[in-house]
Amino acid sequence: MATLLQGSKAKRSEFSTRSVLRLAATYLGLAVLDAMALYLVYVFALDGVWELAITIGVITLLVNVINLRGDLYPLRWISPALALMGLMVVFPIIYTVYVSLTNYGDGNLLTKQQVLNLLAGETYLPEGGKVYRWNLYQNAAGDYALWLTDADDGYFFATLGEFEAVRSVAAGDDLPEEYGGYRQLDRGEALRASREAQELSFGTAALQIGIAGRKEAGEFAQRYVYRADEDAVLDNKTSALFYANYETGQFENDDGDTLRTGFISGTGFKNYVRFVTSPAISGPLARIFAWTIGFSLASVVSTFTVGLLFALLMQNERIPYRKAFRTLLIVPYAIPALISVAIWKGMLNSNLGVISNAIASLGIQPPPFFIDPGWSKFGILLINLWLGYPYFMLVCSGALASIPSDMYEAAEVDGATWWEKFHALTLPMLLVAVGPLLIASFTYNFNNFVIIEAYNEGGPPMVESGTLPAGHTDILISYAYRLAFGGGRGADFGLASAITIIIFVLVAGVTLAQFRLTKGWEETSENV
Amino acid sequence: MSSEAKLKPGKARPALTLGLSMQIAILVIAVIFALFPVVWILSAALNPSQSMNSQSVVPPLPETRIVVAEEAGVLLEIAAPNGSRVERSAGTILLVEVDGERKELRAPKNGYVQNIRLRVGDSFEPGEALYDIGSSYLINFDTLFNTERKPYVRWLLNSVAIATITSFLVVMVTALSAYSFSRFRFKGRRGLLMLILLVQVFPNLLAMVAIFLMLQQIGNHIPFFGLNTAGGLILVYVGGAMGINIWLMKGFFDSVPRDIDESAMVDGCGHWQTYWRLIFPLVRPVLVVVGILSFVGTFNEFVLARVLLRDKESWTLMVGLWGYISDNFARDWGIFAAGAIIGAIPTLIIYLSLQDQIVGGLTQGSVKG
Repeated sequence: MATLLQGSKAKRSEFSTRSVLRLAATYLGLAVLDAMALYLVYVFALDGVWELAITIGVITLLVNVINLRGDLYPLRWISPALALMGLMVVFPIIYTVYVSLTNYGDGNLLTKQQVLNLLAGETYLPEGGKVYRWNLYQNAAGDYALWLTDADDGYFFATLGEFEAVRSVAAGDDLPEEYGGYRQLDRGEALRASREAQELSFGTAALQIGIAGRKEAGEFAQRYVYRADEDAVLDNKTSALFYANYETGQFENDDGDTLRTGFISGTGFKNYVRFVTSPAISGPLARIFAWTIGFSLASVVSTFTVGLLFALLMQNERIPYRKAFRTLLIVPYAIPALISVAIWKGMLNSNLGVISNAIASLGIQPPPFFIDPGWSKFGILLINLWLGYPYFMLVCSGALASIPSDMYEAAEVDGATWWEKFHALTLPMLLVAVGPLLIASFTYNFNNFVIIEAYNEGGPPMVESGTLPAGHTDILISYAYRLAFGGGRGADFGLASAITIIIFVLVAGVTLAQFRLTKGWEETSENV
Repeated sequence: MSSEAKLKPGKARPALTLGLSMQIAILVIAVIFALFPVVWILSAALNPSQSMNSQSVVPPLPETRIVVAEEAGVLLEIAAPNGSRVERSAGTILLVEVDGERKELRAPKNGYVQNIRLRVGDSFEPGEALYDIGSSYLINFDTLFNTERKPYVRWLLNSVAIATITSFLVVMVTALSAYSFSRFRFKGRRGLLMLILLVQVFPNLLAMVAIFLMLQQIGNHIPFFGLNTAGGLILVYVGGAMGINIWLMKGFFDSVPRDIDESAMVDGCGHWQTYWRLIFPLVRPVLVVVGILSFVGTFNEFVLARVLLRDKESWTLMVGLWGYISDNFARDWGIFAAGAIIGAIPTLIIYLSLQDQIVGGLTQGSVKG
């Protein structure tokens, strides 16, 4: 039995005692998953959100195949992880590429299909249409209804969903207090309720009645009709034809007027071209890029230097309470970054912070840590040093301990000085071990959004960037964040995604270089 | 110089006291650098005056102050009875009538109302003691837990719930995958492992725009997983944590000898039984550590939570704390400090108590690197 192959083992397990239950559970789970996925695929297809419809469809299909085919048994165990990764990691990366090639952003937030669905629901009061006077009624459930009087004093009653000509009340008679379970609202009540009722559409789908003014109500007609052959939207009210313009993502008529809602459309490499062509983007972007590199490099160098210094000091066994020192020195590492930055932000506060006050008490004007670009950068680097040195202290301690001591003995025999030993022996040995972590730390800081955001939200603002929300301490990722979610100025998801793609490429390049340098691929392959 | 001893601990030369004391001095300065912010935030949290400008390293004793009438008047109503807490100067304590006009007497500072000395209808003269305002070292915590505009307790519970569910799911799902990668040999196994590693190079923080847009679309149809929901955020966290943890776990599973499952198979156990009854309990201690670290990571995550959770009610603790930083930071300093300390405690305890394991993991990584 032990000689059986993996595949047949799997097959055998299907006949074990619990197999029926397990099979039922598998089918039930798949059925629930499939039902949900099918629903999503359906609604996304209706919305024209094809990328999500396809992704969810493909992932679901794969999960089904894996779980139903016996020969893919090992993959069954991995399928939940694969599905989650596919949806939450792989798809977002691909989707970022897609968004970067579109005009996705405020004003262009919906797919063309979603815009058309929205437009289809819009109505207007045609000029020649029938006009009524209205009175507002309400039933016990709070639903409104309209009592309508036409020009010939004929009465009609329109609820949400029904419309009838009233026969029980003669034309010209007073309106009844109650009708069909609805109670007439008095003048004050009606006035208060009218705003809410104005939003409603009464009557049937074919005959929609709405409140048009203080006294008038009217029959609505569908305002916009999409003509697929011309790829244009006809505005029934003005008879104007709005053609879909894929350059701008707007429906445009011949006069250049556009409909209120734009749609998402592919704009090719426009967002990337803007990096170069638009001075308001390229200028700040170049500076942000430079600072991103500078910030990452300076952070790595400072945290490594200080961490190594402390690690070297801790090597000395004659230092009392070494364990206690180590515990106390790694405390900054054990505090959530956001909280650490906030504490420092408080301590550096220009008017009230303890550090600023201490400097002021020496008779020196405290530096403007949050207003001046240079001092802001200094503050960020200082905080990042505090946050980051414990990591390298720990790492260097371990690496130093692993350097064989006989090498030092040999060096000593040769009469090497402390500096010679450090320079020729300790540092090279250390860098071999710690080098990859230095690069990892560089890429980590490259995207160290939290410290930038918590320190001063990228500020002080860069004046040259015009309306774009660039700041002097912004790094690429925080700038992309600000473009997408910055508030105030409209969101520009397309441009933000284009910047993200640049970051992707840079990070991938650095990582690849790291793998090359350390032959990491071969090592990891060995571990497989 | 004491360099010899430093680099080669085994063969210490006779102590050079000057060098050693200099080293100790540097370390002491380093500890001060490391701990000063911590001491400062502790003192801020315990300081009964909330604002930054009146903070000192040793918080002043919570004092009881007698509030004295400035004008003559009659007490109309007691708005805040004994024991009630007054936030800043906003709380009205007494309604009085002065020269025929109704007036509100507000608390001069953050504290508790104590010992109201008048009854409704009593008149008072200038200089007469009206009531006491007491305080306590813990008043910032009290305010933190009882401010409706900033539902700290809600945020804390949100964070704990999201982090617990996330770390549980991460451990369960990755353990399954790791078992398969460790125990089965199948076509494409190597490629899949490499792919997982490659994808992990891009943290999902980078794709936040895409994730935001995706959840927005999903939320239109399945609100439970949309923006502003714990469900959506948890999915994002779990998805993002797959890669590195599968690799980590696979390493642990590899360290369990295969003889164990082979003998179980001989006894007629299927893969599932072998996994669940045998291997899973064996690696449980490691899974717990992975789960705890994943909990801490999720608990402290801030960027995605801030992007995806827009309503105050659904915020996590870190997003809520960020709210304190972005508005009225200096004025709410004491309350922020109290909130920050509670927010930092889980991580601090876990990191300091798992110190050796973390150091071990880090150094192992560095030496292998």
